[in-house]
Amino acid sequence: MNAFLDWIEKRIPMMRVANMHAIQYPAPKNMNFWYVFGFLATIVLVNQIVTGIWLTMSYTPSAEQAFASVEYIMRDVEYGWLLRYMHSTGASAFFIVVYMHMFRGMIYGSYQKPRELLWLFGMFIYLALMAEAFMGYVLPWGQMSYWGAQVIVSLFGAIPVIGEDLVVWIQGDYVISGATLNRFFALHVIALPLVIVILVFLHIVALHEVGSNNPDGVEVKRPKGSLSEEEKTKFKMHEYYTNKYDIVDDVVPFFPHIVLKDLVAFTIFLFGFCYVLFFAPEMGGKFLEHPNFEIANPLKTPEHIFPVWYFTPFYAILKAVPEKLFGVIAMFAAIIALALLPWIDRGKVRSWRYRAGIHKWNLIVFAIVFIFLGYLGGTPQENWKIVASQIATLMYFGFFGLLWMYSKNENTKPVPERITK
Amino acid sequence: MSDVSVDANDSSLANSEPQDNTRRRFLTIATAVVGGAGAVGAAVPFVASWNPSAKARAAGADVEVDISKVEPGQLIRVMWRSKPVWIVRRTPEILEALAGHEDKLKDPNSEQEQQPTFAQNRYRSLKEEYLVLVGICTHLGCSPQHLKDGAFEEIVEGVQDGFFCPCHGSKFDMAGRVFESVPAPLNLVVPPYMYIDDSTILIGSEAEA
Repeated sequence: MNAFLDWIEKRIPMMRVANMHAIQYPAPKNMNFWYVFGFLATIVLVNQIVTGIWLTMSYTPSAEQAFASVEYIMRDVEYGWLLRYMHSTGASAFFIVVYMHMFRGMIYGSYQKPRELLWLFGMFIYLALMAEAFMGYVLPWGQMSYWGAQVIVSLFGAIPVIGEDLVVWIQGDYVISGATLNRFFALHVIALPLVIVILVFLHIVALHEVGSNNPDGVEVKRPKGSLSEEEKTKFKMHEYYTNKYDIVDDVVPFFPHIVLKDLVAFTIFLFGFCYVLFFAPEMGGKFLEHPNFEIANPLKTPEHIFPVWYFTPFYAILKAVPEKLFGVIAMFAAIIALALLPWIDRGKVRSWRYRAGIHKWNLIVFAIVFIFLGYLGGTPQENWKIVASQIATLMYFGFFGLLWMYSKNENTKPVPERITK
Repeated sequence: MSDVSVDANDSSLANSEPQDNTRRRFLTIATAVVGGAGAVGAAVPFVASWNPSAKARAAGADVEVDISKVEPGQLIRVMWRSKPVWIVRRTPEILEALAGHEDKLKDPNSEQEQQPTFAQNRYRSLKEEYLVLVGICTHLGCSPQHLKDGAFEEIVEGVQDGFFCPCHGSKFDMAGRVFESVPAPLNLVVPPYMYIDDSTILIGSEAEA
C-alpha cells in the first residue's frame, strides 16, 4: 500500500497538497460559529452542481417547452420534484450562507491587510453567483422569469449611447425571447459554474497563502525567530508555513479539528435545509414566487414584479433613485462599495471586539438597513416606502462614509498579544 | 550584414556568438501583434453570434393592421417585433382633455426622441384620432394598464383616462406622455408607422418624406 501511495506521490503531489491545505494547515483554535459558512457554501455549491446536472437531463431549454419540461420534472420524472427543490432551495441557501460569510468578514475585519485579494475574490464569487442565480431563475420560463429578465436586462438600456443596442445584443432579439432563454441556459449550466469553481479555487488559494483570520483578529503567524519553543504550536504544521513563520500555540490542524466542527454545523444546517425542502419549498412565495407558476406571457405584466429575496436590497436601492441611469449606478455602487471595504476601512485593528463602540453600532445598523432594504425591495410599492427606501439607501452608503471617517483615528481597545481563549 | 548589433555585455550566454536582440524583439512584437489580431478576429464570431438571428430579424418585420373595426375609445393590441403595440381610437373628449394637464407632465412637447418626427405634436400621432404606441413602460419594460372612463382619476386627479404601470407606479396620459414624479423617465415610444389607406396602418416603416 505504501509503495503504491509512494508511486502516486512521485507522479502527482496528492499527500503534499492534503497536508499543506488540510492535515497540516494551521487554523486558529478560536474560530467560532461564524466560521462555518465558508464550508457550508462549498457544500451548497456541490449540491447545486450535482442537482443541476441531473435537472439538465430532463429540462428543455426552449421558449415553447421550458415551462412544460419543468412541470414534467415535477410530476413525471422520478424524484424530479426532490432534485428541483434541492436546486431551488439550494439557491436561496447559498445566498443565506454567503451573506453570513460576508458579514463575518466584516465584523472580524477579515478583509483588512493582507487579505484584500481574498476579499476581492469573494466579491467576484458573489457577483458571479448573482448572475448565475438570475439566469437560473429565467429558465423555468414562468411569468416572473420573463418579467424579471425584462427588468434586469433593460437596466443595461440605461447606459448612454450604446444601451439600446447592448440590450438587443444581450437578448439576441428585440425582446426577451427564446434566444435569450437559450443563451442564459448555456451561461447558467456551463460558463458561470466554471467561473465560480475557478474563483472558489483562487479564493481558497489566497486564503491559505495569508492564513485564516479569527474572532480576535490576532495574527497567528509571526515573523521567523520571534517565538520561543514554548510559544510555538505543538502540532506538526506543514513546512510551507513553518519555514516562513513561527506559528503561535493557538492553532489546530484544519483536519480533523475544524472539519469536525464544520460537520456539526452542517448537520444543523441540514435540519433547516430539509425543513424548507420538504415542508416549504416555495417559502411562502419568497424562494419560488407565485407568478412563476404561470407560463411567461409577454403581453401581460404580473401585478407586482420583484426579484427573488436575495436581490431585493439592491432592487430597493434601484427604485429609490427617481432617475433610471442614476438608479442603476447607485445599485452597482452599492456592490462596488462592499468590494472596496479593504480600502475604505483605514483602521489597523481587525475585530469589532477591540474596535470603537461606533464601529459595532455602524455594523449592526448596516445589517439592519440591509435587511430593511430587502423588505422594501420585496414588497409592493407604497408611497411611504419610496421615502423609506431613500433614507435606507443613504444609510447604506452612510456606513461606508462613516467607516472611512472614524477608522483613521479610531479609539480602539488594546489588542491582546495572543488569542484569548 | 552590417546592421547586426552585438551585445557584448550579455554574459549569460555561454558562447560568444554575436546576438541580434533587435531582431528578436521585433519578432516578439510582430508575433504578439499578429497573434493579438488573430485573437480579435476569432472573437468576432463569438460576439456577433449574440446578435438577433436572421429568423429573429425576419420576425421583426413590418406589421399591417386593419383599424376599420376599432370602436371609439377602444384599445387594440397587435404584436410588432414581439412587443405589444397599442392602437387607441381616441374620442374628441379625450383629445380635448390632452391640453388640460400639460403642467403635470415631464415632457409635454415630446422634446425627447421617443417618437418619429411626424408624431412630435400634442397628440403624438399622425392622425389625431388614432394613437399608436409601444405598450412598454419606459422605466423597466412592464406593460402599463389602460384605465378609461374616469378610472384613471384615482391615479391622477382630474384626468379621466390614461395608462398606469402596476410595477412601479408610472403614469402616462392618452398621448403616452409621462407624468411628473414617477419612475419612468420618458414618454412612451411611438413606433414608426404609416397609413397605407384610411383603414390600414403599417407598423415598422415611415412614409418617405
